[in-house]
Amino acid sequence: MIHVENLTKYYDKFCAVDRINLDIAKGEIIGLLGPNGAGKTTTLRMLTGYFKPTSGEIQVKDLAIDDHQLEIKKMMGYLPESAPLYHSMLVYDYLDYIARIRGLGGDKKLARIRKLVELCGLGGIMHNTISELSKGLKQRVGLAHAMMTDPEILILDEPTSGLDPNQIAEIREIIRQIGREKTVILSTHILSEAEATCDRIVIINQGKIIADGSTQDLKQAATKERFIRISLLDAPFDDASALINPIDGVERVEQLNSTDNGRLDLRLTCRSESDLRKYIYQAIKATDWILVEMHQETKTLETIFRELTKEN
Amino acid sequence: MTQAIHILTKEVKDYFITPIAYIVISIFLLITGWFFFTTFFLYNQADLRQFFNLLPITFAFVIPAITMKLFAEEVNVGSYEVLMTLPVTMNDIIIGKFLAAVAFLGACLIPTLAYPIFITFMGQLDWGPVIAGYAGAILLGGAFAAVGLFASSLTRNQIIAFIVGMVICFALTTIDKMLFFFPQILISVIGYLGADYHFQNISKGVIDSRDIIYFSSVIFIGLYGANLAMRSRN
Repeated sequence: MIHVENLTKYYDKFCAVDRINLDIAKGEIIGLLGPNGAGKTTTLRMLTGYFKPTSGEIQVKDLAIDDHQLEIKKMMGYLPESAPLYHSMLVYDYLDYIARIRGLGGDKKLARIRKLVELCGLGGIMHNTISELSKGLKQRVGLAHAMMTDPEILILDEPTSGLDPNQIAEIREIIRQIGREKTVILSTHILSEAEATCDRIVIINQGKIIADGSTQDLKQAATKERFIRISLLDAPFDDASALINPIDGVERVEQLNSTDNGRLDLRLTCRSESDLRKYIYQAIKATDWILVEMHQETKTLETIFRELTKEN
Repeated sequence: MTQAIHILTKEVKDYFITPIAYIVISIFLLITGWFFFTTFFLYNQADLRQFFNLLPITFAFVIPAITMKLFAEEVNVGSYEVLMTLPVTMNDIIIGKFLAAVAFLGACLIPTLAYPIFITFMGQLDWGPVIAGYAGAILLGGAFAAVGLFASSLTRNQIIAFIVGMVICFALTTIDKMLFFFPQILISVIGYLGADYHFQNISKGVIDSRDIIYFSSVIFIGLYGANLAMRSRN
């Protein structure tokens, strides 16, 4: 559906997007994830044709974006960040204008506007001017605007920013519904959001893709590396380390803190498919140390994200 | 072209849902009405010569005020991003906005039709120069609107857009009155650049292709400049 090759964008000398490659299939809900200033918005803007890439190629349905701007714009719906709409227009006038410019007319236009009003919950505000609306309502008008022609590709830049938890749940539900048939690309810096709505997550940092895969994949890759915390009584660190380190799969043994009451807290970094707790327990059982605590931490998406984006 | 018409209707509606339209029209009518009628009875002639004499200088101030928001506001608010991702071309946008400004100008000029109607009660009015004058006013207004649109495409600040537009329009209006500053060889060229000079030809009832070509060129250059400026943004 969408093919992106070596996409690069420089603002003067600052490199906002650095040689990104992406292939997006039909019907995927893809989440662009990254800290602020990572290049998410720039990437989306280039996908919509609003920004011209410094170099690289974008193809939508085998059409190069440079030569077929109009066709591509016709099959895309786009919600820019913080939904910049015409302040002075009424909501109805605005949707009417968008419908007409997108080539809907007469009964078709009215039917579509009615459907969107229902879908996005705009019933009570059709005769308000846009400048009067709260941020969440504006966002919903923007969403209705993006979905006007039931486009094949929907690009949403931070669709849930500024919404309350109920609205977020509603918008996620809408996105999920649309995503069954359409391709949806959304950006966010909220992890749980990407986890809840997207089939596939692409993490961007400093203009580069640093992780790309389904939520499942990313989690699995992360669970290979895990931490086991144990607390021992009456055990000197050197002996404990000498005992546990040789166990297959344990990479590193660290002492967390030394307390005076003779308790030793250790953190073991392990890389293994199977659960190592069994072997560790058996090793300790052979000594006369007392095991008071042992638990395993698996990485959440949050820790992955933090680790990936915190470098440099 | 239908896309340009959608943009045109939207922009015209936009003018009239904000108070700007009514303020600009009132100021325009006040200024033209005042200058026209204070001298009208002194000259004791049944024509609109005085009205058309002052029109270029009035337009130089009023039209940049009409056009200043067309691009500057859109870029400043960010709705330009929405506009650019709709299935419209840059030419649709520019032609739509330009025609909206010209339509608004028409709305300013329609009430002034009361002047010639009023004069017919007092004397024998020659309608030829009046009709030519109004046609010229639309051409002149169109040229200034294209300049104003260009000024608006340069900046996201409406006040800067207004001042830049006004300075260019003012220079075009007055340049043929400052010919003694220029060397002998350039006089005919620079005189030709004056908008006022061409407009006065038309408003006398002389419709010359040179004047029409002049105004069309200014419109084309202004719109083309706006096109280039907007394209270079991203």
